[in-house]
Amino acid sequence: MAGVGGGNDFQWCFSQVKGAIDEDVAEADIISTVEFNYSGELLATGDKGGRVVIFQREQESKNRPLSRGEYNVYSTFQSHEPEFDYLKSLEIEEKINKIRWLPQQNAAHFLLSTNDKTIKLWKISERDKRAEGYNLKDEDGRLRDPFRITSLRVPVLMPMDLMVEASPRRIFANAHTYHINSISVNSDYETYLSADDLRINLWHLEITDRSFNIVDIKPANMEELTEVITAAECHPHQCNVFVYSSSKGTIRLCDMRAAALCDRHSKFFEEPEDPSSRSFFSEIISSISDVKFSHSGRYMMTRDYLSVKVWDLNMENRPVETYQVHEYLRSKLCSLYENDCIFDKFECCWNGSDSAIMTGSYNNFFRMFDRNTRRDITLEASRESSKPRAMLKPRKVCTGGKRKKDEISVDSLDFNKKILHTAWHPKENVIAVAATNNLYIFQDKMN
Amino acid sequence: MEDIKSEETNVAEQKDEENKICLEKMEEAKLKAKYPHLGNKPGGSDLLRKRLQKGPKYFDSGDYNMAKAKIKNKQLPAAQTEKAEITGDHIPTPQDLPQRKTSLVASKLAG
Repeated sequence: MAGVGGGNDFQWCFSQVKGAIDEDVAEADIISTVEFNYSGELLATGDKGGRVVIFQREQESKNRPLSRGEYNVYSTFQSHEPEFDYLKSLEIEEKINKIRWLPQQNAAHFLLSTNDKTIKLWKISERDKRAEGYNLKDEDGRLRDPFRITSLRVPVLMPMDLMVEASPRRIFANAHTYHINSISVNSDYETYLSADDLRINLWHLEITDRSFNIVDIKPANMEELTEVITAAECHPHQCNVFVYSSSKGTIRLCDMRAAALCDRHSKFFEEPEDPSSRSFFSEIISSISDVKFSHSGRYMMTRDYLSVKVWDLNMENRPVETYQVHEYLRSKLCSLYENDCIFDKFECCWNGSDSAIMTGSYNNFFRMFDRNTRRDITLEASRESSKPRAMLKPRKVCTGGKRKKDEISVDSLDFNKKILHTAWHPKENVIAVAATNNLYIFQDKMN
Repeated sequence: MEDIKSEETNVAEQKDEENKICLEKMEEAKLKAKYPHLGNKPGGSDLLRKRLQKGPKYFDSGDYNMAKAKIKNKQLPAAQTEKAEITGDHIPTPQDLPQRKTSLVASKLAG
């Protein structure tokens, strides 16, 4: 079947899968965020156990021209640890909510990782040389007796096995009363924003003891609380612009030049809804779980429970494109409310050219939509289709009546197998899909 | 080009919309049948406040003893069912506590 995200001859193929095979999934191993860096050379994952694993793409080898570079472990470290808020008797989870890379400016790589309360700037650097021939100490580190030193020598740099070190360079703490859901690096490469349920703060990457509050939607009386902030992102080119989405399905675009406190939006995006069509579930399923600007900066995409919408920043009154992710779940809303699945927060992402978008679903299915051809495809991340370079077969959910061969019925879907986090390589057709505790990497067949 | 769009497609779209609304209302009826005490405003402050409080709340001996003193002879409030409000009076008891975390080990993605 003609594929999505590329030309007509496009086909997604399995490339790699990382993680344990056994059925018993330890909670700490559940992947909570996936992010490529700006070049796509590095792929970072964060998990519920507070750990970060970074994969690096192998250089393409001349011996195996057909297989694109594989991603192998580059560095792994414990980013956050569980903490306890003694004042409120609450545990602060070490789960990594988001990772965002900084653009590379020197040999080292920098990323921001955050849990519910604290953001950290990590420096990942390589060491492949070590100095030998010190004057004041031996090769094994023991200090030499200074009186025994009769001649001076210049230490020489010798090659050593590559060591990748991660060190925390900045800790941005104590600025969020509520749970951080988003971080976003600004295009000025100097500042970044962090958003929790009720507030958004602007930080300078060099300054940890101070941050500016730029949005505050906390009502004076908490009984009057009607919506919370669900996601926020900086504009990719305009460093004064950012957006934040709400649990009521609206998006506000703010301009930091207009005022110090951006409580008043510059643009308000909302799709009109007929009040008579509202049900108990309407507001819950309209809650936006993710918002992402297109690379061009002209559009933004929002993910709510059942659909993905593309908005033109110049048009506030409705989205320009709406894609149904799993419309068949509308007849299951009652049980999805009972098992809390209706509150699952799916993310979405653009491909490098903004021609395609991807988002996850249940049963380890994920969906891709081609904006130009309007074709869509459902694929599955499963160990069964995990032979090297095996082509992925499109999947189909049948909603009722006769189930065709190879189709799966809505009632057979596994709602514990959710794909909440996916990432698309910034330049190529390589995607990373997190399926609970496993990370799948798929590539296109054409090289 | 828009004018050429046939009447049929418009009607079909409208039917789709009506179907959607119908399905949702049917699901709503199912839910109300199971949980008659559920309020009418699901997106309201109760749900949001529950969301803001996300995370396990641990046993606090100060709260516990003060609550015990208030109630005197009566039993402490039992753990609420999932769908009811979590009010400020819910004192976690030792029975409510989740298990302690295991020690930190390396990620299996790196192995």
